[in-house]
Amino acid sequence: MNDIIEDGEAVEVMILPLDQWHRDAGARMVEFAGYHMPIQYEGIIAEHGWTREHAGLFDVSHMGQLMVTGPDVAAALERVLPGDISALKEGRVRYSLLLNEDGGILDDLMVTNTGDGYYLVVNGAVKWDDIAWLHENLPETVTLTHLDESALLALQGPEAATALARIVPGVTDLTFMQAMVADWNGHTLGISRSGYTGEDGFEISVPAEAAQALADALVAMEEVKPIGLGARDSLRLEAGLPLYGHDMTETVDPVTADLAFAISKRRRNEGGFIGADTVLPLLERGAGARRVGLKVEGRMAAREGAGVFAGEARIGTVTSGGFAPSVGQPIAMATIATGHDMPGTRVTIEMRGRQIEATVAEMPFVPHRYHRKAKTGA
Amino acid sequence: MTTYFTKDHEWIAVEGDTGTVGITQYAQEQLGDITFVELPGAGDTVKKGDAVSVVDSVKAASDVYTPVSGEVTANNETLEEAPETVNSDPETAGWLFKVTLSDPSELDGLMDESAYKDYVASL
Repeated sequence: MNDIIEDGEAVEVMILPLDQWHRDAGARMVEFAGYHMPIQYEGIIAEHGWTREHAGLFDVSHMGQLMVTGPDVAAALERVLPGDISALKEGRVRYSLLLNEDGGILDDLMVTNTGDGYYLVVNGAVKWDDIAWLHENLPETVTLTHLDESALLALQGPEAATALARIVPGVTDLTFMQAMVADWNGHTLGISRSGYTGEDGFEISVPAEAAQALADALVAMEEVKPIGLGARDSLRLEAGLPLYGHDMTETVDPVTADLAFAISKRRRNEGGFIGADTVLPLLERGAGARRVGLKVEGRMAAREGAGVFAGEARIGTVTSGGFAPSVGQPIAMATIATGHDMPGTRVTIEMRGRQIEATVAEMPFVPHRYHRKAKTGA
Repeated sequence: MTTYFTKDHEWIAVEGDTGTVGITQYAQEQLGDITFVELPGAGDTVKKGDAVSVVDSVKAASDVYTPVSGEVTANNETLEEAPETVNSDPETAGWLFKVTLSDPSELDGLMDESAYKDYVASL
């Protein structure tokens, strides 16, 4: 059984502001991205279900929070990001990618126009590499600041807005992918209506010294419970949201990762971002493979690395997978050769010498319930 | 009946030449919600230390190693419909398989309950 049971403490694992708070709340801590992080409290399935029905509080302080400021900063960022940063209005959030010269994905991230500059949230596991890459590839006229004195909390679920509005009333004015700054007990919070669960919810940047008080204030509400990284992973998988380092890596391009939407129209026409020479032709002619969802038959989960077959022919690889509590069966994401990637296509997954049947499925597996701005009549 | 424990957190309850194997309370706590259990088939010949069963949790899949060599005589079919029994009753109703011991001396290297308790406390 030892492959799952974490033995001993790794050296130089870093401590996040809410470390003791998690332990006091009964969390099991594991090492993740170089930090001690809570994997679960009462159990992944219960926490997953709570988030889908009420509101879950996630500590994602391991993620990198960066601020980029300076003259012509939007143009500078457009060198390293394939999104239309110039068109991103103040108070708006956009999903983007860091690409290498070969068009491989170095990271995925969220960009917010704060008015004074751009606030980026990058993955914890690669944040130091991202910072080095940005230093190397941004002009010296812009300033990159690592907000390492701030914690990051996510409050996710259908009751998240009700709960957060009790202490920060202004958040009900936000719609999906909008952001604001708010004062809470004398502390400045950066709040966006976004997340990684497919549910309505918020991500809250809070000064480290106020993180515990904010977490306490939120979990004191009947709607809110703390949720670990285990349920964060099962929730994002059901929401069809890829996980960096698994569903995409630096050897996977945005077209294969099915993230071409992150390359905006103007940028497709104009190029001018790192990786454009590789990625733009792929947008035209396809990449030969694509990230898809799989619904897996039976109860045995397909896991990362498992081969995907059409008959005898290997057509792809599972990039992440597991039991989906809200679906009630195992699901997976896989990169599959074009031609086998349409929903409804039957495939076989090889797991531990066994063949398991699966079907290419539309994602998300569980419908998104974001709080979108009402569309005005056509 | 005597129950022995392994460092890999399996237990084996031995009566005569038959052992019943499962995972411990500590193991199920570490694994979290169990969603699927793959069991060895009756008639399978197994060798001490072989990965003969897999316990799938929401988090990951984990091998279960047989603490003894012998022939599998039965597996716990109720786990097919109710794998969560391994969470609720890991050391009773959540047993995994029964094995006829081919070499009872293999039990000598295993821990008794108090030694296992000390081992878990040291982790």
